[in-house]
Amino acid sequence: MNHSQEETSAATKEPLLKIENLKKHFSIKGGGMFNSKRKIVKAVDDVSFHIYKGETLGLVGESGCGKSTLGRNILRLQEPTEGRVFYKNTNILEQNNRELRKLRKEMQIIYQDPFGSLNPRFTIGQIIGEMYEIHGIASGLEKEAKVKEMLELVGLDPSRYHSYPHEFSGGQRQRVGIARALALNPEFVVADEPVSALDVSVQSQVINLLMKLKKELGLTMLFIAHGLNVVRHISDRVGVMYLGKLVELSETDNIFDHPAHPYTAALLSTVPEADPKLRKVRIVLKGEVPSPANPPSGCRFRTRCPLATELCVQEAPSLKEIRDEHFVACHFPLEKGQSLKEAIELLNKEKIAN
Amino acid sequence: MDKILEVKDLVVGYKGKNGFVRAVDGVSFDINKGETICIVGESGSGKSVTSMSIMRLVEFENGKILNGEISFKGESLTTKKADEMRKIRGSKISMIFQEPLTALNPVFTIGKQISEAILFHHKIGKEEAWKEAEKLVRLVGISDPEGRLKQYPHELSGGMRQRVMIAMALASEPELLIADEPTTALDVTIEAQILELLRNLREEKKMSIMLITHDIGVAAEMANRIIIMYAGKIMEIANTLDIFEQPLHPYTKGLLESVPKMDGQRGVPLKSINGSIPSLNEIPDGCRFSPRCPFATEKCHQEAPAMETRGDRQVACWHVDYLLEHSLLDVEEEGEISIES
Repeated sequence: MNHSQEETSAATKEPLLKIENLKKHFSIKGGGMFNSKRKIVKAVDDVSFHIYKGETLGLVGESGCGKSTLGRNILRLQEPTEGRVFYKNTNILEQNNRELRKLRKEMQIIYQDPFGSLNPRFTIGQIIGEMYEIHGIASGLEKEAKVKEMLELVGLDPSRYHSYPHEFSGGQRQRVGIARALALNPEFVVADEPVSALDVSVQSQVINLLMKLKKELGLTMLFIAHGLNVVRHISDRVGVMYLGKLVELSETDNIFDHPAHPYTAALLSTVPEADPKLRKVRIVLKGEVPSPANPPSGCRFRTRCPLATELCVQEAPSLKEIRDEHFVACHFPLEKGQSLKEAIELLNKEKIAN
Repeated sequence: MDKILEVKDLVVGYKGKNGFVRAVDGVSFDINKGETICIVGESGSGKSVTSMSIMRLVEFENGKILNGEISFKGESLTTKKADEMRKIRGSKISMIFQEPLTALNPVFTIGKQISEAILFHHKIGKEEAWKEAEKLVRLVGISDPEGRLKQYPHELSGGMRQRVMIAMALASEPELLIADEPTTALDVTIEAQILELLRNLREEKKMSIMLITHDIGVAAEMANRIIIMYAGKIMEIANTLDIFEQPLHPYTKGLLESVPKMDGQRGVPLKSINGSIPSLNEIPDGCRFSPRCPFATEKCHQEAPAMETRGDRQVACWHVDYLLEHSLLDVEEEGEISIES
C-alpha cells in the first residue's frame, strides 16, 4: 500500500460532487445539403458518479467519447440537457447567474491548449490578475503581489509579470494556465487534457507540478486525458468512457490490474509501451467508434466487443457495482484475474460446445 | 547488410530574417534493406525535416538542403532534377503523413485518387488500375472495397483515411516507406490497428520503413533501430533493445524516464528534464543539450561533441566512454556522476 492509496480511502467518505443522470444532447443538422432533418447527438448520456473530496479522478476514453463535454457540463460551462450536479449538496444546475459566479471561485478549469486559451494581447499579469478583479478580491498593487505569488507557486519567474504569452514556451504557458485556474484558491479543478499538447520532456514537469499543487492545496481534481500511462500515474480512481457512457469506474489499481469491462481491457492491451521486451498480448479491436449521432442499440460497445451476445444487442447494461467499489456497465464483465484473451477463448469454447 | 538509404552530413536550412536557420544540422545515418528505423524526437528536433529532405519536399516550403548527401541505393538524390525526383517520389520511396485529411484531395473519390497513383507508375488501363486499387484497399484492411472506392475523403473516419493513405503509398510497391507520425492524430485503439497493419505489410512486402514519431512507446514496438534527435542533431543511434536497456546519451535517458510506466509506482514525482527545448534561433553553444543536461561539464558548454562509434552504437556525447562503463539508468541523482574533463 502506498501513501496515495491511504489518502484515497480516507477521502472515500465524503463526496464533494455528486453527478446524477447527467445528459448533454446536441442537435445537429442531418447529413447532406438538402436534408433539413435534425439529429440528436448524445454526447453525454445518463452518467452518474461521485467525486470524493481530495481525490484525483481520472477520466479516459477515445476522442468523441464525451469526456471533455462531461467536464464542461459539470462546471456548467455548457448547459446540460438533463440531470443534477451537486456540489457540496447544492444543485449547481439550479443556481442563477449570481449564485453561479460565487461558485466559480471554487470550481475552475485548466485547458488543453496552452496557445489558444491565453489571450495573446494581454500580459500574463493581466491574464491572471483578471481573476482577482472580476471577483472583486484585489486590485492594484495587492493584485500584482498576488499574481507574483501565483507565478512563483507554479515555477515561473515573477519578474515576467509583464510578458506576453508568446514569449513563453508551451510548458510555461501551461503553467500560466494553471496559475490562472488556481488563483482564486478553488476547491475543485477540472484539468482537461492539460499535458496532451506538450512535448514529452516537458510533460513530466507539468504532471509533477499538478501533483505537488494538488497535495499542497488539498485540491479535488477531475483529470481528463487520453494518455493512459499519465492517468494511471496521477489518479486515485479512474473512470472509462465510451460513446457518451461511463462504462467502468474504480480505484486505479483495479482498473489497470483487473479491468472488468472488455473495452477497458482492450484499451489497456493496445497502449504502446516504452519497453521492447514487453511485447504483450494485444487485443486489437475491430472497426471504429460508431458515430454518437447513430449509436448501436443495446450496449454501445457491442459492435466492437469480442464477447457480445444477443443480450447485448437487446439491452443496454447499466453501471453496477460488481466488486467492492468497482462499477461496470457490462452484461459479461471479466472476473478478477481473468484476462480478455481468456474470456474470448472461453466464449469460443462455449460456442463450439453448443 | 545492404544499405538502401544513406544520409551524410545533411544540413537543411529555412530562410529567416537573418539568413538560414538550420533545422537539421549535420545528420548522418543509413537504413538497411528490410529494416524499420524510428526517428524519435520532440518538436523542433528536425525529425520531420529530415524525412522531407529525403523526399526533397523541403524545397516546397522555403527550405534548402545546404550541405550533405542523400543517396538511395547508391544513387544521389540531392543532385536530381525536379522531374527526375518526381518519378522517385511515390514510386521507389513513398511517404505517409500525420494528417490524412489534408493529404487527400477532397473533391475526388478514394478510388480515383488511388488509381491515379497507380496509373502514374504503371502502364495499364483505367479499369485495370481501378481493380488494382480495389486490391490495395483490401490489403490495408478496409472492408467493402468496392463501396469505399466510390466514397470521398470526408465520408471516411481518421483511421480509414490513414489506411487509404497507406494504400496509395503502396501503389507503386515502394522499397522504402517513410511514415511521418502516422498514428499521432488517431485514437489508441485505431493506432493499434494501423501499427499492426504496418507490421504485417513489412513482413509481406519486405520493404524498409522509416517511422518518425515523438512516442518512444511506438518506437519500442516497431523499430529495429532507433535514432534519437534533439534540436536538429542526432544524439544517439542504437538497436532498440540497447536504447531501452542502456541508453548512452543523457537526453535518451531523460526521455525514457519522463514517460510514466504502466507498471511503475504511481503518484511519485516523475523524473524530468529541466528547462525547455531551445528555439532554432537560439541554439546553445557546445553540445545542444548541455544547458539541460545534469552531467554537463565545462567542455560540453563550449564544444559540440562529434558522433562517436562504439561497437554497433553511435553517440554524440563527450562522456561516451564513461557512460559505456556506468549504466546511466543506475545513476540516480545529478552530481553523483563525476566526470573528469
